[in-house]
Amino acid sequence: MATASVSGSREKELWRRLGEVNDPELDEPITEMGFVEQAEIRGDGSVEVDFRLPTYWCSPNFAFLMLDGVRKALDQLSWSPAYRVRLHDHMFAEEVNRGIEDGKTFGDIFAGLAGDEDIGALRETFNMKAFKRRQEAVLLALRKQRLTDREILGMDLAAYDVARLGSGDAASRKARYRAALVERFPARKQGDAVFVTWEGRQIPSEALDAYLAELRAVRINMEFNGALCRGLKQARYKELDVIDGEPTLVDFIMDRVPERNAPAT
Amino acid sequence: MYRTPEGKDIFVVDGHTHFWDGSPENQKNIHGKQFIDCFYAYHTGLSPKEQLWEKGKFEKYSADDLYRDLFIDGPDDVAIVQSTYLKDFYKNGFNTIERNAEVAKRYPERFIVNGAFDPRDGEKALEYIHFLKETYDVKGVKMYTAEWNGASKGWKLTDPDAYKCFELCEKLGIKNIHVHKGPTIIPLSKDAFDVHDVDHAATDFQGLNWIIEHCGLPRLDDFCWIATQETNVYGGLAVALPFIHSRPRYFGEVIGELLFWLGPEKILFGSDYAIWTPRWLVEKFWAYQIPQDIAAERGVQLTDEIKEKILGLNAARLYNIDVEAKKKALAKSPFSIAAE
Repeated sequence: MATASVSGSREKELWRRLGEVNDPELDEPITEMGFVEQAEIRGDGSVEVDFRLPTYWCSPNFAFLMLDGVRKALDQLSWSPAYRVRLHDHMFAEEVNRGIEDGKTFGDIFAGLAGDEDIGALRETFNMKAFKRRQEAVLLALRKQRLTDREILGMDLAAYDVARLGSGDAASRKARYRAALVERFPARKQGDAVFVTWEGRQIPSEALDAYLAELRAVRINMEFNGALCRGLKQARYKELDVIDGEPTLVDFIMDRVPERNAPAT
Repeated sequence: MYRTPEGKDIFVVDGHTHFWDGSPENQKNIHGKQFIDCFYAYHTGLSPKEQLWEKGKFEKYSADDLYRDLFIDGPDDVAIVQSTYLKDFYKNGFNTIERNAEVAKRYPERFIVNGAFDPRDGEKALEYIHFLKETYDVKGVKMYTAEWNGASKGWKLTDPDAYKCFELCEKLGIKNIHVHKGPTIIPLSKDAFDVHDVDHAATDFQGLNWIIEHCGLPRLDDFCWIATQETNVYGGLAVALPFIHSRPRYFGEVIGELLFWLGPEKILFGSDYAIWTPRWLVEKFWAYQIPQDIAAERGVQLTDEIKEKILGLNAARLYNIDVEAKKKALAKSPFSIAAE
């Protein structure tokens, strides 16, 4: 039935869009972290997303950044649905939900609580960390391919695009670094260097070891959060791992995934 | 005492332990429930399966549980028991110094009881520090900068009121300031885990030792940088160490960074009991080797000699424990006999 396939493809589109929203602190998709408890398309095409975090105490500014990301992702859906996004089991759930619904900014929602918090600067900090973490992953992968440091650092965007880093994880890391690079330097052309610092400086090959040590420190911090968040969330919701961002059996058992082929009413 | 598989006896100071009451009867509000739930999630998230506790026991365990887990089944010679009041969340507080002093009373040679104060109490905080010194003769305190206090959701080590407190600590010889800088979520208004106030406080109070619990994770790089500059800044391994079980390679990267930046003299073992029990942590730590590629990159090794420092000798230095004398005294204690 046509309605069934429409709802199926909308379903896919919805999860794909949600999968593009990252936890800013971890630089990992919120769907992969299991933060999207439920995403449902109702009969009239409207969308409901239920969102939860590993602990009641998770920093509300991170929660806000993610929910704002969800809001933007839903705005891009092809059928422009009305939607409702709700945060659950969080100490500021009520404030955040009300603010999101009213389209308020973080500062407005947390006025008086957040003090001098500059959410824009925070977002920038996280963008920088994501850039560095993704860059380290591809630099190490290229070293593993037995390229010399000079060859790696001499690479331009065109060469990067045809370079082979393997499939699966490695390929997705390669694409994620490219996305971060282009977001940071939108004017980057095919002949431009692909490995530069966040500030845009060239990296001399004799300095690569020291530079990688700096990137490693960024990754260690982010991985700590990631591992902790996963452990805490699992313990809190007593669940199994989400595999590759796809809902697993337990999600179906717990009725967290809407039926794919439910006919629209 | 931890006896290694090779038969060597290792002196163990557990730098971070608790005797809390997080039971529903003591919870004042939803925050109290969520706080102990969060601890329990740490426990279940990072412990080996065979070490898991029932929720009820975790919320409120007995003094006998504590003695057994630390000293009889566990390898601790001396436990530093930290105080965290959280009176906005718990009717009688979470683990107050009164509660800690009570549990320590039966075996005073085994415990170092640390106090806590809240600089936001102003004059009262200063009076309280005097009280702590006179009543309990504390050698150290635990600072929890994310604690709520009325409308305030946190404070900084560099606040003027805090400085007055540290001046008094220095004067009274309360030398060891343990600071929780770890995976806390509040205060909400900051990029939550900032460690930079440590830098200023440590520079301005050279006579105090600053033990940063959880090594500032997830701000390890900032912490390492500060601890390298400041000779009086130390790192406590609580929360970092349990990763040795669930993600051993990751633990290797963390300890590799710490050894590279801080060196072996400035890292302190802590179980964070009762989130984790010390026995499995110490056993795994003793058996652990940093993966070769990480060790090579950083040029560090985790030798037996270094492990011994981390497990006890470093903390003994900070708390003026005469290790040989202590070993002799403890050899006669009921626990050592029970453990034989």
